[in-house]
Amino acid sequence: MFLASVHRAIGARFAKPCVFALALLPLAYWLTALFNDALGANPAEALLRGTGLWTLRMLCVLLLVSPLREAMGWTHLARMRRMLGLFVFFYALVHFCAYVWLDQSGQWDDILVDIPKRPFILVGLLALLLLLPLALTSFNAAIRWMGAARWRSLHRAVYGIALLAVLHFFWMRAGKRDFDQVALYAAFIGVLLVWRLRRRFSR
Amino acid sequence: MNPRSSDITPRALAEGRRDALRRMLSGTGALALGSLPSLGAAQALAPTPKPGKLAPLPAKSSAVPGALAMDKLTAYKDASGYNNFYEFGTDKSDPAANAHTLKTTPWTVDIEGLVKKPGRWALEDLLALSPMEERIYRLRCVEGWSMVIPWVGYSLAELIKRVEPLGSAKYVEFVTLADPKTMPFVGSRVLDWPYAEGLRMDEAMHPLTLLAFGMYGEILPNQNGAPLRLVVPWKYGFKSAKSIVKIRFSERQPATAWNKAAPQEYGFYSNVNPEVAHPRWSQATERRLGEDGVFGKKRKTLMFNGYEAQVGQLYAGMDLKKLY
Repeated sequence: MFLASVHRAIGARFAKPCVFALALLPLAYWLTALFNDALGANPAEALLRGTGLWTLRMLCVLLLVSPLREAMGWTHLARMRRMLGLFVFFYALVHFCAYVWLDQSGQWDDILVDIPKRPFILVGLLALLLLLPLALTSFNAAIRWMGAARWRSLHRAVYGIALLAVLHFFWMRAGKRDFDQVALYAAFIGVLLVWRLRRRFSR
Repeated sequence: MNPRSSDITPRALAEGRRDALRRMLSGTGALALGSLPSLGAAQALAPTPKPGKLAPLPAKSSAVPGALAMDKLTAYKDASGYNNFYEFGTDKSDPAANAHTLKTTPWTVDIEGLVKKPGRWALEDLLALSPMEERIYRLRCVEGWSMVIPWVGYSLAELIKRVEPLGSAKYVEFVTLADPKTMPFVGSRVLDWPYAEGLRMDEAMHPLTLLAFGMYGEILPNQNGAPLRLVVPWKYGFKSAKSIVKIRFSERQPATAWNKAAPQEYGFYSNVNPEVAHPRWSQATERRLGEDGVFGKKRKTLMFNGYEAQVGQLYAGMDLKKLY
């Protein structure tokens, strides 16, 4: 009964704009906090970390869509997938901009030196580059042009992206050997990926 | 346009002049000079306004060369709200949120090792050992940010002289409290506890090496290392041990917390040095918190954090790339 009403809500016309607005809340928070000087002593660092964390969280939400859809029977959830995927790309891009302009002051020659020094930056960059073709082929016509099978196999790259994102986070925190939060996200994403593997091999 | 090098005042001279000016404006030298400074300048250099959060700790302006940086002070809320004090958590906001449990009275400091007068000092006796001075130091964190903090304390040398080190004492080790009951993250696997730091004897005896009991005219907030801490302004911040309970004099270089955790990243000396990069990031620039805006460029980090004129000679002939 409850599950069915949730499913109806997901299918309702207002559901998508609602999710869209919800997904923009972190951005709205940063902008408001920035203008009110409410990001603490080191706002640049707060933005850099915040945008990274929300990219990871968006990725978690995205990966949750298919398992939830199947487990709960919420078939309407499929409507949200493309938008959520694009939000992952959007936050990853904002995170990248924060790295380039807030962390590295937009000095590209410094960035070229920084990347080999900090392999976790390279891992993050790789994840962003992999997201790019997915974002570029996110419209309906692309599926027709590419053929559904090829399009699907391209978009499976998101699983690799998720693993790279966790590795990026792990490596960043390794400096302080602070892995509690990393373990939480790794476990969450791990469960969602294992669920997919099991489904694939049980067919 | 760059000024010609002949136009630049030598740093030592300029700093001596600034120190004299600051001392004069803060009252100690004004009478001798018999003239009152202009009101505007006096206000700009007026004694640090107290935040009114903790007990005041009165001090006179320090006369030690280099002890009064002319940089703009960091806001108290930033200096007391953005801290690395892993005993209370690894996030910068953790110490301010968690350190209220630290019990700073009664407090004692054990003096051990190669000294004629070892023993246990009560905090009250340490507070009374030497007149309190205000010193405005730049603080450069190894992570690439910096602050400017008005500390209150006196040269560590005052205490060292009192306990009479033996000739064989070459190093001084500082041990931080490690009390799992009041420090929730002691026991986490980030570092070996207790947190230990060390200096070479000549570094420890340098007049700029400060035993601090307060900041911004008041006693230290717990998250900043109450009730007493070390401040070594020309080294990365982690060298300045907080909430000290033990000072040990030894012949051999002591093991230090971050050096034990990652020897290839954190050396014993850890002098601020823009030329020697951390293995994972450059140390050439820094973000001065509260001053270099969010979108602003970072500023260049100075050799020995700008204290080269005062401390450079301590490292004459040393290869600072090897002994980082």
